[in-house]
Amino acid sequence: MAAPEAVVPTVGGPERRGEPYVLTGEPRAWLKALWAVGDTLVITKRNLLAWTRVPAYIVFTVVQPVMFTLLFRYVFGGAIHVPVPGGYVNFLIPGVIGQTAGFASFSTAIGLARDLQTGGVDRIKSMPTARSAFLAGRLVADTLRLFVTIVVMVGVGYGVGFRFSGGAGGAIGMVLLATLFGLAVCSVSALIGLAVKDEESVQAFGLIWVFPLTFVSAAFVPIASMPSWLQGFARHQPFTVVINALRILALGNKVEVAVGQSLGSALWQSFAWALGALIVFVPLATRAYKKA
Amino acid sequence: MIIEVEGLRKSFGTVEALRGVDFSVDEGKVLGLLGPNGAGKTTAVRILTTLLPPDGGRATVAGLDVARHPGAVRRVIGLAGQATAISPHLTGFENLEMAGRLYHLGKQLARRRADELLARFDLSDAAGRQARTYSGGMLRRLDLAASLIGLPRVLFLDEPTTGLDPRSRVGMWAIIRELVAGGTTLLLTTQYLDEADELAHDIVVIDHGQVIASGTPEQLKDRVGGDVVEFSVNDRSKLASALEAVSSLGEGEPFGDAESGRVQVHAGGRGSAVLVEAVRSLDAAGVAVTGMALRRPSLDDVFMSLTGHAAAEVPAGDGWRGDGSRKRKRGAV
Repeated sequence: MAAPEAVVPTVGGPERRGEPYVLTGEPRAWLKALWAVGDTLVITKRNLLAWTRVPAYIVFTVVQPVMFTLLFRYVFGGAIHVPVPGGYVNFLIPGVIGQTAGFASFSTAIGLARDLQTGGVDRIKSMPTARSAFLAGRLVADTLRLFVTIVVMVGVGYGVGFRFSGGAGGAIGMVLLATLFGLAVCSVSALIGLAVKDEESVQAFGLIWVFPLTFVSAAFVPIASMPSWLQGFARHQPFTVVINALRILALGNKVEVAVGQSLGSALWQSFAWALGALIVFVPLATRAYKKA
Repeated sequence: MIIEVEGLRKSFGTVEALRGVDFSVDEGKVLGLLGPNGAGKTTAVRILTTLLPPDGGRATVAGLDVARHPGAVRRVIGLAGQATAISPHLTGFENLEMAGRLYHLGKQLARRRADELLARFDLSDAAGRQARTYSGGMLRRLDLAASLIGLPRVLFLDEPTTGLDPRSRVGMWAIIRELVAGGTTLLLTTQYLDEADELAHDIVVIDHGQVIASGTPEQLKDRVGGDVVEFSVNDRSKLASALEAVSSLGEGEPFGDAESGRVQVHAGGRGSAVLVEAVRSLDAAGVAVTGMALRRPSLDDVFMSLTGHAAAEVPAGDGWRGDGSRKRKRGAV
């Protein structure tokens, strides 16, 4: 026969039982919330430390977008004519930043799948760590990384002739909108990583969808230069809408005509896509994590 | 009873991983959960550590129902798994500090415990190195240290030495014994019978999701029926005649392994008499043997007699008990 179950009192803090302390009951909501924030920061730190220690990760996240910038600036740029003041480099930098926001999501999916495979998730789930912290810590770390990458790219852009012409507010707005959009794409990738669960499969096909979205967009070439059957998709898909907004924020309202969309329209559509993705995919990814 | 499991059930689709499992563990004791791959050991551990909800039955750890109060259970347990849960790019110290923070120990206490555990597991020199540079044995020790950071009352070790070289294995055993001496209750799963024999106070044998035997290692060995007479047949083709020659001597049918030519006869309490008779009848049958010996039964023999297959082997009706000619595959035990 089972012994009667232990009484589970509600406690507000650690109950000391000599040196080793053990919580015997369910903590109060405020304490749980505090722990969830603390746990998220611990896991964020873990992910950022790993990032700074693996040269390949830094190459992938920072060097690759810089290479794209240089390639398009100096190799393809001469052949691409855009009606934007300052020439192609001013068109390119917001586009590459939009693409980078999409590519940043790779590490989210790959990192989560790897953690599932190695047993890191099981360990953390058997600890009193907040259930939300693992995913949140991954998303926060990836978003901070993306932010750093974007700032680096703005610097590289300045080196190759890019100039903001939409004021300081526009410049800051561009960086923040790109970061928010990156977070939204990362939440989609998080679900893929947690659902596929296998690092190699994620690398092989879990992220293919990002490529057409970034290249069949206004990131590198004006949409008018694409075949007409592609233009409809290219003009209305989320990456184009966001990149339009990034361009207008960076270069000022005068490029609205060249971009083909007003700032207001591009902004509300960008927010709708980003928040919509977060509202749909964060709960789905959280559920996948709990079941994994 | 610090762990109590009653009628525990779990299915994955149509596969019944656990079909009504009962066992219990006293505080401060080591329970060895023994069984082949796929027997249900890991499923049982995943339920007890709140990673999986049970489909039926009841399980409590430290008096807390794992299904109803998973959060409270997580504060009193530690889990070290088969796969290492260590972040390879963090140092040994950082891994332990992180685990401590995730146990909500606070920064100071987490760091102090990390240092203590590194010293205790002989990892102080490697504390500042990234874990990816560690050897397999060091990683297991670090993994075990991480599971102890919250000073758990109950520790779950899921196949702690699988894949380790023999020296590291013995090292892990010494560490585990020391932990138990310090009063930690331990639930250990293993496919290795010698490991359970070395470490466990009580053993529960699971096969196909059911408990097929339980007791102390000595009790289980007694169930096999005393001593075992063992020998090898030089000429494998004579295996059948050797089995026939000794078939009436022991208790039950003798067991022959076609690959190694090894034969085992369970001799009950009449060990030496059976040994002498076996020598006579083998001689009369003209079968040459080597390595004739009388020994105490091992848990290996227990597993064999309970399940009809070796511990680390996939059961597929491959067993051979001296009455057929099919080759039996022998797993690494």
